[in-house]
Amino acid sequence: MTKGLIMTDGNATWEPRIVAFFCNWCTYTASDLAGTSRMTYAPNTRVIRVMCSGRLDPQFILDAFRRGADGVLIGGCHPGDCHYQEGNYKALRRFRLLRRLLRQMGIEDGRVRLEWISASEGDRVQKVTNEMTEQVRRMGPLKLAAIPTPVHAGVAVE
Amino acid sequence: MAKPKVGFYWCASCGGCEEAVVDLADVVLKVVEAVDIVLWPVAMDFKRSDVEAMADGEMAVCFVNGAIRTSEQLEMAELLRKKAGLLVAFGSCAHTGGIPGLANLYDKDEILARAYDTVPTVVNPEKARPQPETAVPEGTVTLPVFHESVNTLDQTVPVDYYLPGCPPPVELIVNAVMAILEGKLPPKGAVLAPDTALCTDCPRKESKPEKLSITEFKRPYQIMIDPEQCLLAQGLLCLGPATRAGCGSACIKGNMPCTGCLGPTSRVKDYGAKALSAMASILDAKEEETMDAVVASIADPAGTFYRYSLPASLLYQKIG
Repeated sequence: MTKGLIMTDGNATWEPRIVAFFCNWCTYTASDLAGTSRMTYAPNTRVIRVMCSGRLDPQFILDAFRRGADGVLIGGCHPGDCHYQEGNYKALRRFRLLRRLLRQMGIEDGRVRLEWISASEGDRVQKVTNEMTEQVRRMGPLKLAAIPTPVHAGVAVE
Repeated sequence: MAKPKVGFYWCASCGGCEEAVVDLADVVLKVVEAVDIVLWPVAMDFKRSDVEAMADGEMAVCFVNGAIRTSEQLEMAELLRKKAGLLVAFGSCAHTGGIPGLANLYDKDEILARAYDTVPTVVNPEKARPQPETAVPEGTVTLPVFHESVNTLDQTVPVDYYLPGCPPPVELIVNAVMAILEGKLPPKGAVLAPDTALCTDCPRKESKPEKLSITEFKRPYQIMIDPEQCLLAQGLLCLGPATRAGCGSACIKGNMPCTGCLGPTSRVKDYGAKALSAMASILDAKEEETMDAVVASIADPAGTFYRYSLPASLLYQKIG
């Protein structure tokens, strides 16, 4: 079965799945604000809170794609505003380098996005989430080749 | 008491791993005294039928190097798995895919078109491609099937231990053989090498600055490399921080940066992502406008960070 299919009026339709890594101090707080302000936006993101965008190991992004994400959104504090001084710069450097590697692997730029969203910008969470959902919807599902299951001494490992 | 039987076999590899066995030098004599070599295509005349004639598990241990790309390699991996008590993935290609694994950046048709058509030295107006079966007057001749992608050994058959490296360092081979002979092996699935990063062993670690900050990565041909100073501090892309130790810093002692052949430590799932993370972290760039130029000093991120491990990575293969 194709991943990400949901039932709408009895018909199976594909919906983009987006994993969003939001930093605790700015973007996650902004998405809280969007919620308490009763803003509505696309329900396609699964938000994962990290303490800082600098905590984001590139392995997390690849793992998200491997486990079925069609897009990955990263939210951090504006330059100069990082709670840990420079974590967001680190995130930006990793993101720019990883994006080049992803291009080589056939994953288009539109499937990864990094945005600076401060704690007061609930409306930006709404806008960015909607934009990214529509963009990934236009691109369609990510079609990664399946990895043959590695086995160690007869026991399949995750 | 009969000596334990040992086999060596090669799949998609360059022959360097076989060279590593020869590099054991006089130690190899001790090994030969202690064991019976029953399969070693590069050096001795044994046929597949000799292996098929063995009882299951008759070979105490079989060291297999090379990645798996063809049906013949897969058949041999399955056969050796049956005949060997312990199957050891020997070298980067069997362990994580190695250099042949970089073929996963291309699809099968692109590779065949390059090799049989567009290479300047090839003349092939009929655009012939290798066929698994070809009828000739004498009957049918066969060739192994070329698979869609390159796999590590453990993606095809269960593997008991891993000897990493391109090729595995002599010291690690000796330790592994001794551990097998003495029955002092770690839990199955282990990589038979230290579980620390190369930087902890590096002879230049004292010269590593407190804070590394690189404005441009240089390639070895671009600078005169100081033989004493930390290679990262000289702006060279050295993968020591992300790579498993155990090689005796052979490349560093040869005044060349680490390219990551021993692969990740046990805590890391995807070597390339972790190595990329380590290198991006020490870049000195903050402005969004200038950052791309700094990042562009790494010419080929996939080839650099997945040089030895693309098939073992989370992405596995380029999306076609």
